[in-house]
Parts: sequence; structure tokens; C-alpha cells
Amino acid sequence: MNNSNIASKNISTPRHESEFRKKCRAVWFKTKAFFDGNPPAIVGGFLMTVILLGALFAPVLATHNPDKRVARPHVAPNSEYILGTTRNGRDVYSQVLQGARKTLSVAIFAGIIATVIAVSVGVTSGYFGGKIDEWMNFATNVFLVFPQLPLLIVLAAFLGQVSSVVIAVLLGVTSWPWGARVIRSQTLAIRNKEFIISAEVMGESKIRIIMVEILPNLISIVFGGFLGTVIYAMGAEAALGFLGLGDATEVSWGSMLYWAQTSSSLYTGAWWEMLVPAIALALTGGALALINMSIDQISNPKLRTGPHMKIWKKMHKEADRSRGLL
Amino acid sequence: MKSPLLEINNLCVDYVSPNGIARAVNNVSLTIAPGETLGIAGESGCGKSTLAFAITRLHKAPGVIPEGEIFYNDRDILKMSDKELRNFRWNDVSIVFQSAMNSLNPVITIGEQITDVILAHKKVTYKEAVAKGKELLEIVGIHGDRLSSFSHQLSGGMRQRVVIAIALALEPKLIIMDEPTTALDVVVEREILNELYDLKEKFGFSILFISHDLSLMGEIADRIGVMYAGNLIEIGDAKTVFNNPSHPYTKGLLASFPTIHGPKERLHGIPGDPVNLLKLPVGCNFQARCSECVAICKKMVPALDELRPGYKAACHKL
Amino acid sequence: METIKTPEVVLSVKHLLKDFPIGKSSGKKSFMRAVNDVSFDLCKGEALAIVGESGSGKSTGARVLMRIYDKTGGDISFKGQPLDKFVKQHGSLEYARQVQMIFQDPFGSLNPVHSIFHHIARPLLIHKRANKKNIERVVYGLLELVGLLPVVETAQKYPHELSGGQRQRVAIARALAVDPKVILADEPISMLDVSVRLEILNLMSDLKNKHGISFMYITHDIATARYFAEKTAVMYVGHMVEWGDSDKVTQTPQHPYTQLLLSAVPKAGKSGRRELEAKKGEIPMWKPDTKGCPFSARCPRVLDCCSESFPEVTQIADDHFIRCHNL
Repeated sequence: MNNSNIASKNISTPRHESEFRKKCRAVWFKTKAFFDGNPPAIVGGFLMTVILLGALFAPVLATHNPDKRVARPHVAPNSEYILGTTRNGRDVYSQVLQGARKTLSVAIFAGIIATVIAVSVGVTSGYFGGKIDEWMNFATNVFLVFPQLPLLIVLAAFLGQVSSVVIAVLLGVTSWPWGARVIRSQTLAIRNKEFIISAEVMGESKIRIIMVEILPNLISIVFGGFLGTVIYAMGAEAALGFLGLGDATEVSWGSMLYWAQTSSSLYTGAWWEMLVPAIALALTGGALALINMSIDQISNPKLRTGPHMKIWKKMHKEADRSRGLL
Repeated sequence: MKSPLLEINNLCVDYVSPNGIARAVNNVSLTIAPGETLGIAGESGCGKSTLAFAITRLHKAPGVIPEGEIFYNDRDILKMSDKELRNFRWNDVSIVFQSAMNSLNPVITIGEQITDVILAHKKVTYKEAVAKGKELLEIVGIHGDRLSSFSHQLSGGMRQRVVIAIALALEPKLIIMDEPTTALDVVVEREILNELYDLKEKFGFSILFISHDLSLMGEIADRIGVMYAGNLIEIGDAKTVFNNPSHPYTKGLLASFPTIHGPKERLHGIPGDPVNLLKLPVGCNFQARCSECVAICKKMVPALDELRPGYKAACHKL
Repeated sequence: METIKTPEVVLSVKHLLKDFPIGKSSGKKSFMRAVNDVSFDLCKGEALAIVGESGSGKSTGARVLMRIYDKTGGDISFKGQPLDKFVKQHGSLEYARQVQMIFQDPFGSLNPVHSIFHHIARPLLIHKRANKKNIERVVYGLLELVGLLPVVETAQKYPHELSGGQRQRVAIARALAVDPKVILADEPISMLDVSVRLEILNLMSDLKNKHGISFMYITHDIATARYFAEKTAVMYVGHMVEWGDSDKVTQTPQHPYTQLLLSAVPKAGKSGRRELEAKKGEIPMWKPDTKGCPFSARCPRVLDCCSESFPEVTQIADDHFIRCHNL
């Protein structure tokens, strides 16, 4: 038996869609389905888009130069200074836009570093097992018990003022263990499935198996971990800035909080100086958390709260009512 | 004629999914007499497990029971309040699940699990509950000392026996068994069946036995009902259903089991795949796979007609 | 007069052993023996069924033959050549091509993120059985061969859109893609719906008869073993206790374990308690230094010598062998 006999003679071969185009279409449909009947995704996605656009177009959207003194100190929000001014007479609105750039870039950079390390460690130890797994587990446990924020504070205090790049790297390098753990256990679960054994016996190289067979199955948890790390890094950066350990001359949400604190803005009644960056942080964190939640819903259909659940509730109520249980 | 222990009338169970509403159980009516073993046969997706869950009202969202009545000794289970339901469950009806290995809590001893059940329903002292637990284990053929074992210390067959012991704890009149021996080796299955025969003789409970193994049902059931895609398509006494089935699906199902003794000939299962409950055809659900399909099968759903007393089948050709 | 053709032996196993480490006790590593002294021959175009309960070592044996595990002892020859020599000469890829495996779980044997086309095209490309120009034709041809119509539609689907039976057909198509000589089928139908099982068995039967592929069919169901395979071997705790022509083994079993298996099977119409001849017992864990016959603890015909040595092979009839002290 050889394949030319098997190759079908009767079937005219139509244009078979290339794998890549099919994947693109699949991704588009999946994204659409993601938002469909998924309130957390819609709200979170909308908020996040607004925030990201604001950060991206900060120089265009800002009304004043955030670094320069443009008015009298502690001017209440009015038509010219939409969110008021700081103790130093700087426009809060422009600052919050500019600060978004700094804070978000640090958070995202830290998230990327952490995710890359987590995936590398998790997949390697899950796939190869044995001694490699033992050593990686050991490293994970060591990094897991690092008290991140105190470590950062000590480091920052030690090194004087730390630039945001250093903060991003430090945050990334200390927050990967959690994700690595989760990815490792998921990899273990997939690794022993027959399609992996099949691929190995078929002669696929180990790298290809990891990249093509295992990783695509992990996308949702990797992405979820990434978002979680971004939220955490954002908070940590703000905390460091608030404590004055970041670069106070650069505008970020953390440094805005720092200046608001040192100028006792709440005490003097200039609530806008403190509240604006705080609300910005809360909104961004909330938006990311909502998106994270909606990713959970996709990977675990039982958590779905789509329109079909409303239909179910209605039917259930009707059934109970007709039986006199209500 | 004794009044039936369990009477199900026109039961419908729906599952609401993002892709539509799937009718898992469609207009099923049947009865179980006291002391009788009724077997329900069918493959995955036919609704037999859903039926079992519905009887004990264990179905969870997104399952809903829009129509139907289930009478247990003249009380409609579907109309029971939570308090009545709690009394009803395990006292009157208990259930043995398919993967009994997983129904046992791995972090507490089996003794605790048995006494938990007893104490939850009866007002007895802890000592009395433990004594009863020991008794139950001995009844299913396990040494009483194993009350202090954990489930992972027992073999698969022993775990299944523990689950049966728990099901018997309050001496219910009806035990629902959902594929209790499917995951077990044939020798262990035989031992469990032997236990079941003894227990039935001793306690006289009815069994609703759900399985896909027709020869097993042919052995232990008094009556057999066959389900396909949510409908009950044949029901009657076990001997006739097994040796002389009327419905094409039952015939095909029986022909899917190669025998050990008997002529060696090429058999055919049933061509095609089980029907998708979200895309049911107009007319009989079995039409796509039926070798005896005619024009009317594609238009009208066949009704479950009584062919002779106590024997019903739903097919246009009968 | 027909000349009797000596069947061509494709895969030959002699005295196969496989041990697994189970941790250390008192400093020394201890092992459990999953496969003990198993020998059989697999001929071209023939099916051999390995029947046994859980823990019988049947799946482990298949995985050793697939080179997923290394053997601890014994000899394996493929096409007359010792396995190690064959692999050295032709490469492990070539062996993997000629000896394929189908797994039990249709849901686990396909990667959920890849299309069916990808699953079948991949082995074709790796083993250079097709090139970019004719790959589509070959894939569609394979899908047609296993009965997955319409082929173009099916090729573009993803595993979760197919039923269990359909997935198993894809697994068979994937195994066939590389033109194997032997297919090891590890309980291929036990997780499928009953009405679908026979179709898969019939498909495998056709492939065996029309294309001369040898099958090793692992199952716990002795009825399907008899239906599908010409030869049957019964295993208990890693030992092969009875083997030979399927009809002889299933109709006139001689070994007490085979007799136990056959008597335990449910028989419609024969309701009531059925005592088994064998005593109730737990399946023992075999260690390399354990002696005797594994069934001795439960055997109704046990003798003193049964706990001392594992019996030698006795030939009862033409193509019917057994290992028992008490015949």
C-alpha cells in the first residue's frame, strides 16, 4: 500500500484554506464571541481602551505641560484646569495623562518580564520533569518567598532613587513564581496526554512540541497571569512612588501621590491632587481585573453568565411557579 | 396489582446552553414496582443519567424541568418543598453514581462518610451510627475494621461496595444505580453483582439500573427500557426486549455486542453517530441511522404505543 | 492442494521483562515488575489480541514495543532483525513509522488547538510521505479511507467538533498516513459508544485484510478479542498465561484464569448469584524476585509447586498454549 493509491482520485480538490488564514478568521470570531453577552469583558475592555488611548495620546490630549508650573497652586477644578492644579501649580489633568504613560509602561514591562520567565520555567519543568523539574522547583520556591515590596523598598533606599526601568525589572524578576507554578501544573496535565506521546513517537523535536503542541493550549492562563502581574506591578510602582522611592522628578501616578501626600493636599482641602491619581489607579486595576475575569469565563464555560443563563432563570422560575413552589 | 413505587409521567428535562435549548429527556413515562429492577439502556446523550438526576432533583443549572410529574408513593417529587426533599432523599431514594471512586471524599475515612449520612438523617448517637456503619460494611462483604480506612487504601471494587453500603444506609425503597460497574474489571463486576443479588433478596428494594451494557441488563433486570436522544423508545420485560426486540435501534444495539459463544460472523453496529440534541430532525430522532426508515419517519415523531400488555415501543413500522 | 504458507513474522518478542522503580526502601531502590517473561509472535496481516484486566501489564508491553519505555530484559525483533540493530541501521524515526499506536482515549489523542488536517498532514510531512503539492490529496484520501465524509469539511474541523468515534477514525487515519506494518491498538474502542464500536473494529479488520497490516489489539473485553483477532493471549499481572488461536482459547479455555474471566461475563437470562470458582483476592504487585505463579493465591486448582515456580509452556493443541502446573 502506498499513498498514491490512497490519494483520492474522485474528489476534486477545492482551494483548501491555508492554515494561517483559517487561524486569523478563528481569532476574529473568538474575539467577537469573547465580548458577546459578557458584561465584564465589555466594561473592562471599554475602560482599558479609553485608558490606553489616553496614555498613548497624552501629549496631544494634555492641555498644559505637565512638568511646568502653569497656574497658582491648588486651584480647584474649573474650565481651564479640568482637574485642578497641584501644590506646585501644575495641571493635574495633564499630569495624570503623562503619568499613565510611565505607570502603565512600567507595569506592562514588568508583566512581560515576569510572564516570559514564568512560561520558560513552568513549561520546561513541566515538560522535562526529573532533575530539571527539581531544580526549577527549588528556584521557584526561593523566589516565591521573597518579600517583594519590602525588598524593593530596601533596594530603592539602598540605591537612592531608582529609575523606573530598574523598578520594572525588579518587579518582573520577583513576581514570576506564582505564574510559573500554575503553568507547570497545566503543562504536566497536558504532557501526559496521548497527543503529546503521539507527537514524540512520531519524531517531532522537543522544541517544536513545546512551542506548537503545548503552548497554544496554555494561552488563556498565560494571558491571565500576565494581566494579574500587570495589576500587581502597577500597584507596586504606585506604592514605591508614593513612598518617595521612585524618581520623584518624573511624572507618574505614584509620584503624583507622593507630591500630594507631602503637600498635605487632603488636609488643606485640595482633594483633587490626591484623588485623581488614586481613582486612575483604581479604574485601571478594575478594568484589568474585569478582563481577567472574562477570560476565566471562556476557559471555564460553567462560569458563563451569558444571555442563556437569563433564559434558564426564567424557565426555572416558571417551572417552579407552575408547581406551586414559589 | 400493586400500585407502583415510582411513577414518572411525561417528564421533560431541558438544558439551556449558549447554542440553544437541548431537550435531554423528552416526554418520558414509566413506572417502577416495589422490588422490581428496571434497567434503562442507552448510549451517551440519550438522557438516562439526566433522568436519574431528575428523579432525585439533583439537576443543576442550566438544567430545568419544564413539564412532568414524578410520583413516589403518590407524592409528586417535583412539588416537594426543600424540607420534604431532604427527608425524601436517601431515606426513600438513594443513588450510586458512575464514578464511585470519585464520590468518596479522599480526605476523610469511609467510616466518617457513612456515619455522616446516618447522623444527617436519623436522630441516633454517634456510637449507634458507628455500629450501624460496621453492620453495613459487613453486609457488602467488607471487614468492619475498614471503617477507619481512607478511600485510596481500598481497591476499585471495594470502593464501589462502600458506595453501595452508603446508599443502603437508611434502607431506601429505591436505589438508582448509574453505570455502577462500567469502570470495573469483569471479575470484580461479578462480585459486585453477587452482592447485589444478596442485598436485593434481603432488603427487597427496587433498582433503577442504568447502563449501556445490554447483556448485563438482560441478566439482572426484570424489565428493560431503551432510550435514544431523550426519548424512551422501547420498554418491556427483559427477556422479550433482549431476545425479540421491536425497535430498530434496540435491534441495532443488541447486534453491536459480539458474543463469546456463537457463530463468528461480521456484525454491524449502527452506522452514523449519536444525534446532536441541539439539531434534532423533524420526525423520528433515529431516522438518519435507521435501516427501516420510511417517509413518515421524517415527518412525525412516533408515539410510544402499547404493542401488548406491559410492552411498548415507539416506531412507525409497528 | 493448497500449500501451507509459513506466515511471515513481523514482530517477535521473547521473554520480555519490564521493571519500574517504586521508590527506595532501606536505602536500596525497589522495583515492581510490570511485564514478566512475555513471548509472542505477530505475523503479517494478522491480529493478536492481548486480553487482561487492569494491572495485567498489557498497556505497558505495548509501550515498550513502541519504545516509549525501554525494556529491562528480553529480545524484540522486527522483521527478523533485533530491534536495536534495526534502529541503529534505519533510525528510530523509521521504526516509529512502521510501528504505530492508537490510544484508548479519543479525547486525549488529538490536540484541541490543531485542525484535523494538521493532525494528518504532520506525520506525512515528517516522514516525507507527501510534499506540499500533493499533501491535500493524500490527506483527503486518508479521510475517505477511514470513512470520514465529507472529507474537505471534516479536515477543516477541530477535535471538539467531532464525536468520539470520529476522533478515533482520525487517529486511525493518522496512524495509516505513514504506511505502517504494525498498529498497536490500546483499548481503541472501550471509551466509545456501543453502537460505534463495531464500525471501528470493522474498519480495523478491513485494513488488516486489505492492506496486510498486523494489529496488536489490547482489550479487557474477551468477546471483541474473539471477534476481531485470529490469535488471543491472556495476561495476568504481567504474565502471559494462555494463548493461541482465538476460538480455541475462548471456547475451550484451559487456564483457570481464562476460565474465571469467561465465567464472570454477564449472561442475559441467567439471573441470580453466580459463584466464581476462584477465590476472592487482590491483584498482587509483582517484584523481580517474586517467585511462583501470580494466580496461585486465587486458583481453585492450586498445588504446592505453584508458589515456587512459574510454570513452563505446555502445548495443549495445535496453536493453543498454556502455562500451568495443574493440567
